[in-house]
Amino acid sequence: MSGLPQEAPTTVPGRAEGPEPSDRADTAPEAARLAPGATGAAARVTAAAPETTAAAPEMTYVYAVGRDPAALEELAARTPGVDGGPLRAVRDGELVALVSSVPAGSFDEGGLHAQLEDLARLEALARAHHAVVDAAFAAATVLPMRLATVYLDDSRAREVLVREAARLGRLLDLLDGQVELGLKVYADAAAARRPAAAPTAAGPGRAYLQRRRTEQRQSRDLYREAAQLAEEAARLADSLARARVVHRPQQGELAATRAENIANEAYLVPAGSAAAFRDRLTALAADTPGVFVEVTGPWAPYSFTDSPVPEATGGPR
Amino acid sequence: MSDSFAGRLPSPSRATPATSQQGSSANLADILERVLDKGVVIAGDIQINLLDIELLTIKLRLLIASVDKAKEMGIDWWEHDPSLSSRASRERPGSVRSANGAEALSSREESGSASLREENDRLRAELDRLRAESGAQPATATADEEGTR
Repeated sequence: MSGLPQEAPTTVPGRAEGPEPSDRADTAPEAARLAPGATGAAARVTAAAPETTAAAPEMTYVYAVGRDPAALEELAARTPGVDGGPLRAVRDGELVALVSSVPAGSFDEGGLHAQLEDLARLEALARAHHAVVDAAFAAATVLPMRLATVYLDDSRAREVLVREAARLGRLLDLLDGQVELGLKVYADAAAARRPAAAPTAAGPGRAYLQRRRTEQRQSRDLYREAAQLAEEAARLADSLARARVVHRPQQGELAATRAENIANEAYLVPAGSAAAFRDRLTALAADTPGVFVEVTGPWAPYSFTDSPVPEATGGPR
Repeated sequence: MSDSFAGRLPSPSRATPATSQQGSSANLADILERVLDKGVVIAGDIQINLLDIELLTIKLRLLIASVDKAKEMGIDWWEHDPSLSSRASRERPGSVRSANGAEALSSREESGSASLREENDRLRAELDRLRAESGAQPATATADEEGTR
């Protein structure tokens, strides 16, 4: 690790202020006394001592991997990571990982567990993670890591780049120039309800039953129409996309909208076709009251990093 | 519509870069289903396969949290849906007319037929009462009705 020059400024900040053993003796006399010779290894020890007392130990959080060092390093300089920590690029060969340092205390197993169980904290983490991925995706082809991919330090993260180089490289090839678009179909019973016809039945009881029957029929019709439209949307989307992944319908949306999420899918689309995809899919439900289509994205290809996907469709290599 | 419960949660006010395509406005549910469920999985030094195990818990909590929020805002129709609440079937009578648009959504097959049966019973009772007042003879139906009450 000490043999890798580009990480020295970030992982060993003490060096910048006191490269001379005599300087360091002011702030950490014991460490200086223990390692007066300052060989490579000893220097590492002396530099680490003030770091652990001045700041909590840190680990390396990985957001995304790409292959365009210039773009990603430029991005790292102007983009904050989790909790505002500065990003940096860890490189091995042609692969570049976007990482930031996170406190070891809150990102070890117990700390992560606690964070993920806290909804507000989970949201902050997820948004910060996504913000980095999204910015990187805007700058270069990248593979988004799953939330909370954490290594003990940069050298451990770099080992993964080495170990997984073939797989990551192949994925980057396959996903180059592609974007992910989300496709959701909703049924909204309130929007679908036609004004009730004046009851034809005599008496309040029959009229009431009649109204209830009408409501139930309308509801049944709505769900049938929504299901049909979802199928139609999937066919159209398939014809415009290279790959498709089915997500679970979003029940968490319950509270925010009366509409029910009927279908929730993701499509891998050439970047140039994204606008057409959006236009054609959203237009699909224009004539169906109570049913509508939402297209989200473009997203970094989160849903297509499992790899079996695009090879079957024979994409350009 | 595309807005979610995300807007009701405390969210970080961190500015996202201008190049961001989704930005901070992206729906939290959309983000979570990607960053938690998808993305490249590589073993980290910190074993997070607890994610797989905890995912259900997290999702449940997401649902509960948003439901609580919605309740505070007076949106509570799922209380009447047996698939979402065990209280639903019992509290049903009388709430029928107050359902405003939410009714059709919650009336999936089971709750729909159950509530319809209850309404039927109530209407039949009313019918019998009216018949009795006007001098008709609904003897057996009335007896049945009183038996079920």
